[in-house]
Amino acid sequence: MSVLAYTESDKGNFKKSAFEAVSYAYEVAQQLGETVTAVAINASDASQLGTYGAAKVLHVSDDKLSSFNANAYATAIAAAATSENAKTIIVSSSADSKYLSGILAAKLNAGYVPNVVAAPESTSPFKVKRTAFSNKGFAHTEITADTKIVGVSNNAFGIVENATTAEVSDFAPSLTDGDFGTNSLEVDKVVGKATIADADVVVSAGRGLKGPENWGMIEELADILGAATACSKPVSDLGWRPHGEHVGQTGKPVASNLYIAIGISGAIQHLAGVSASKTKVVINNDPEAPFFKAADYGVVGDAFEVVPKLIEKLKEFKAQNA
Amino acid sequence: MKILVCISNVPDTTSKINFTDGDTKFDTNGVQFVINPNDEFGLTRAMWFKEKQGASVHVATVGGAQTEPTIRKALAIGADEAIRINAEPTDGFFVARQLAEVVKNGGYDLVIAGRESIDYNGGMVPGILATLLDMNFVNTCIGLEVDGSNATAIREIDGGKETIGTTLPLVIGGQKGLVEESDLRIPNMRGIMMARKKALNVIDPIDAPSMTTDSSFEKPEAKGPVKLVDAANIDELVSLLHNEAKVI
Ligand SMILES: Cc1cc2nc3c(=O)[nH]c(=O)nc-3n(C[C@H](O)[C@H](O)[C@H](O)COP(=O)(O)OP(=O)(O)OC[C@H]3O[C@@H](n4cnc5c(N)ncnc54)[C@H](O)[C@@H]3O)c2cc1C
Ligand SMILES: Nc1ncnc2c1ncn2[C@@H]1O[C@H](COP(=O)(O)O)[C@@H](O)[C@H]1O
Repeated sequence: MSVLAYTESDKGNFKKSAFEAVSYAYEVAQQLGETVTAVAINASDASQLGTYGAAKVLHVSDDKLSSFNANAYATAIAAAATSENAKTIIVSSSADSKYLSGILAAKLNAGYVPNVVAAPESTSPFKVKRTAFSNKGFAHTEITADTKIVGVSNNAFGIVENATTAEVSDFAPSLTDGDFGTNSLEVDKVVGKATIADADVVVSAGRGLKGPENWGMIEELADILGAATACSKPVSDLGWRPHGEHVGQTGKPVASNLYIAIGISGAIQHLAGVSASKTKVVINNDPEAPFFKAADYGVVGDAFEVVPKLIEKLKEFKAQNA
Repeated sequence: MKILVCISNVPDTTSKINFTDGDTKFDTNGVQFVINPNDEFGLTRAMWFKEKQGASVHVATVGGAQTEPTIRKALAIGADEAIRINAEPTDGFFVARQLAEVVKNGGYDLVIAGRESIDYNGGMVPGILATLLDMNFVNTCIGLEVDGSNATAIREIDGGKETIGTTLPLVIGGQKGLVEESDLRIPNMRGIMMARKKALNVIDPIDAPSMTTDSSFEKPEAKGPVKLVDAANIDELVSLLHNEAKVI
């Protein structure tokens, strides 16, 4: 038997989450005394997955799957699970993986747990730790079903090298018209920029910035750090920034290594969505802002003075460490 | 068009989260329950379909009698009828099985659920429901138009959005963006009065297993105090981020 890892790619290149899923699968496989089989769809170099512990890769190359389709992808992964007799399936926590996991759970009659932050606490019973209550708590969740799907949180388990040689074989699941009830008509996506989901660093700003015209320095700061930009809810409600940048309990979750919050008060709903970030820096002119209580580093000061200075110092730092 | 909006009953977003019974249960003491925010956006969109396209809108929840104020609120906002499946929502699979039964028997064309419940954050009900019913499914849905049996949905993706063409019957996992924040409905007096006369049908659950159980909970560790850096000394911040936090 094997542990199956679904590995996401974009235009043929594996995402970081793919390596994380395989690393996690390897740890689970060690605990279970099994090996890791990865399933990859239209990847340009599937053998790469060996680096993280995949002994085998089922590679699906199919033009019909060139753009993501949750139902068809779930059908392919379910077929791979069946063919490998895999009872444990590891997926990431990206928007796409969360989309397909419910479908996959129903197809395989499996128990699915998303937002898992650590290796299983035990495999019999199969128990994992995950975030719940929008990061205000953790649950220790037991998957009682025979087939188990674990959604690993971004940046939680990390990427671990377990060099193996992956045996890559072609895999052709049978897909029918019924798998394509939804059609991608248009994708509107920023290219060449880090996204909130993938970025190691997220630079986020709130109503303290006064207006959309002041975001130039936020983007510049993000550029220097290779960071994604984000914002608080009122900022997107006011139309200063696109909805997709809204982070928090009712927006996107953030689990980056570094989260820089500028002119954001730190309301409970905001904190809930960003507290999984490892290091938090807060820049706010009000020393009483609640965000300071949740921060690792803080600067009490006017964003319009502090941010340009930070940009300048980071440029110097980069020049020295280049 | 017949629409079913699935409503989960969750602690208000400002709630302090505590656990009880040896950390095995969520402590509901002093907690205010509300319509899950993701479902509130969906319900408001359903009202739009009702007003502009003559849709009928029912709401359903899987929960005990304590959830009734929340479904009454959905009726006050304008839903025509409510269904409560009288069972504890033990996990997403169980809930989806209950809702699937309601959808099958009620002949709904469109099922609007939320991307996730903000309490247990399972995020699985809509996908399982759609698959059990063999209906099309769009998750993290931030826009929806229906024209006859064709639907165009916009889905939020990492770093942008995607437009999807599909057909009814359809399940969506909705979220903020489905309608503007400023368009969210708050029940008014007339709505509250009318809601009293609307049907709230309580039905028995079907037999269905759960696939997961939360055996215990814990709260995150308390954070150490913040290290303050003087605004005149941003060099120090850069150095801390590099040498201490090792994030740049
Ligand atoms: C159901 C519900 C769900 C919600 N979900 C979310 C969510 O998911 N995400 C979210 O973010 N919010 C959410 N909110 C809103 C939340 O309660 C807060 O209102 C919001 O986070 C505040 O945004 P803000 O910090 O940008 O603005 P404010 O609270 O107005 O704070 C602005 C901050 O900027 C500081 N400031 C002002 N001028 C300067 C300056 N020159 N330099 C530096 N600092 C300055 C101020 O001191 C203040 O702390 C939700 C609310 C509800 C009711
Ligand atoms: N107990 C419930 N009753 C009715 N609908 C629910 C229930 N739980 C979840 N849902 C629906 O499923 C969505 C996703 O919830 P979840 O899978 O629990 O995160 C919610 O936004 C609701 O629309």
